[in-house]
Amino acid sequence: MTDATMSSITAPPPPPAGRRSALGSVLIHAGLIAASFAMLYPLLWMVSASVRPEDEIFASTTLWPSSVDFASYVRGWFGLDVSFGRFSWNSLVIAGLTVIGNVVACSLAAYAFARLRFAGRNFWFAMMLGTMMIPYHVTLIPQYVLFLDLGWVNTILPLVVPKFLASDAFFIFLMVQFFRGIPRELDEAAMMDGCGPWRIYWKIMLPLSLPVLATAAIFSFIWTWDDFFGPLIYLNDMNTYTIQLGLRTFVDSSSTSDWGGLFAMSTLSLVPVFFFFLFFQRLLIEGIATTGMKR
Amino acid sequence: MAAVQDSAVAIGAGARRRPAAQGRLAALWTNHGAGYMFLLPWLVGFFGLTLGPAVASLYLSFTSFDLIRSPEWVGAANYVRIATADPKFAASLKVTFLYVVLSVPFKLAFALFVAILLDRGVKGLTVYRAIFYLPSLLGGSVAIAVLWRQLFAGDGLINSLLAQFGIEGPSWISHPDYSIWTLVVLSVWQFGSPMIIFLAGLRQIPTDMYEAASLDGASKFRQFYKITLPLLTPVIFFNAVVQTIEAFKAFTPAFIISGGTGGPINSTLFYTLYLYQEAFGNFRMGYASALAWILVLIIGLFTAFSFLTSRYWVHYDD
Repeated sequence: MTDATMSSITAPPPPPAGRRSALGSVLIHAGLIAASFAMLYPLLWMVSASVRPEDEIFASTTLWPSSVDFASYVRGWFGLDVSFGRFSWNSLVIAGLTVIGNVVACSLAAYAFARLRFAGRNFWFAMMLGTMMIPYHVTLIPQYVLFLDLGWVNTILPLVVPKFLASDAFFIFLMVQFFRGIPRELDEAAMMDGCGPWRIYWKIMLPLSLPVLATAAIFSFIWTWDDFFGPLIYLNDMNTYTIQLGLRTFVDSSSTSDWGGLFAMSTLSLVPVFFFFLFFQRLLIEGIATTGMKR
Repeated sequence: MAAVQDSAVAIGAGARRRPAAQGRLAALWTNHGAGYMFLLPWLVGFFGLTLGPAVASLYLSFTSFDLIRSPEWVGAANYVRIATADPKFAASLKVTFLYVVLSVPFKLAFALFVAILLDRGVKGLTVYRAIFYLPSLLGGSVAIAVLWRQLFAGDGLINSLLAQFGIEGPSWISHPDYSIWTLVVLSVWQFGSPMIIFLAGLRQIPTDMYEAASLDGASKFRQFYKITLPLLTPVIFFNAVVQTIEAFKAFTPAFIISGGTGGPINSTLFYTLYLYQEAFGNFRMGYASALAWILVLIIGLFTAFSFLTSRYWVHYDD
């Protein structure tokens, strides 16, 4: 970056590398718009199918429905023995508790790793990183046996309690990175004033870490809302189903083959995720860019 | 997230520190009790939900266990059967490798291509980036798998589109030769995350390198080949390893599209789907534990191999 005063007295800077000709940039935009449309087409088609009259769904490859009616939503909502209101509520409870568990438990551990000195800290930190590498399939079966013995199968406990024990090590790592960027003078000044580690964590660390806490909260919510494997294993009674399990049941009961209702409920299940995407897009994208997340 | 840096060292803080505070500082810095108090939830989880179960599953993999009777020691019998007499294991391994080999390179190529298009000051970058990222964000859900199942059905949207060009498409999802391709397309459609990571990597390349190369008369293509690609190799390597491991663990789309069967004729039987069937369909928990450990072994070997070969093509500038 050249200083503003410098550039006024020196020659104008050379054109930035990679500047394209007018024709080139028109072509690029045409290509990108076409690609964007291709990417979104399946999603738009699904939303469109959810408000179409049933007989029009398969007859049409266009995105514009001839008439809009929300009958499919009503049919889908009550399409199974248990309503999608119940499924959504179950998903919301599990995702909400997961967010709280992850933010609380992971920030506690991250504070210890980032700021406190105690015997074995580096060893435990290495162990924590190690748990991020291991596929969860290795712990899956004994965990299932454990929760079965505790009588927790068919409740939300197996899906929620591990989060309160900071089982998502990835978020610990994310927070440690952020905490290390907070100036130590703040802790030291607080110590001078006689604050202990708890108050420093509560009064300094957490308030200054809202961006990383928000990122962890949003990703926790989205991943839990979308999770299929966990609920599939632990929830057997339809009253406890999440929205993802509800959708799968809807597909399997395709004797009804209510495609309109299925697409309506599918669209509905994407709404919360889309909402987060719309309002916190920058946070999500920065989260991925800085940590190299997989999804 | 902008504040995420490597540990920012407080400069000069030490010099101004008053002696009175030394005692209390030292107390905090080596406060074992406080450290372990903060770490307690994680430690309980680590022993109770990770280390304990991992050891237990290693033990279970040498037993026959159906959840009802207590585990019965069978030695290496599970592993022997997997290696020699389990056609479904061989089939699932083949499907999974095929999926990895087909989906990861295409996904990375798309991600890199689009990232390069977007990198050099395209107007509306944030809009395009958001649109391309959306499928990645939604992609893990059942809704998208349901949609895919319809798109590639015999009377689905893809065939309706083809019909307009007079092409009669097969029933993609119920044809053993094509079913895996529907899953590959679904995976490639979600190239958003690696694209964002590539974009972040491209930002790191100093523009004056390109300027110097242009002045020397290097063509755009040559610049890409000689500057962009070598400098991006660490990011390419990272994305390749992460996406490959993810592809090995893929589950939901195959489960939904095949109705949990992995069919037709095991053509979508991902490794994790087979593991699920053995554990929660047939309640062969010991056998499934052995399958889980073999998955760890495969992923471990792949990762080790990647890191060993990376020195020949990944350029870290030091």
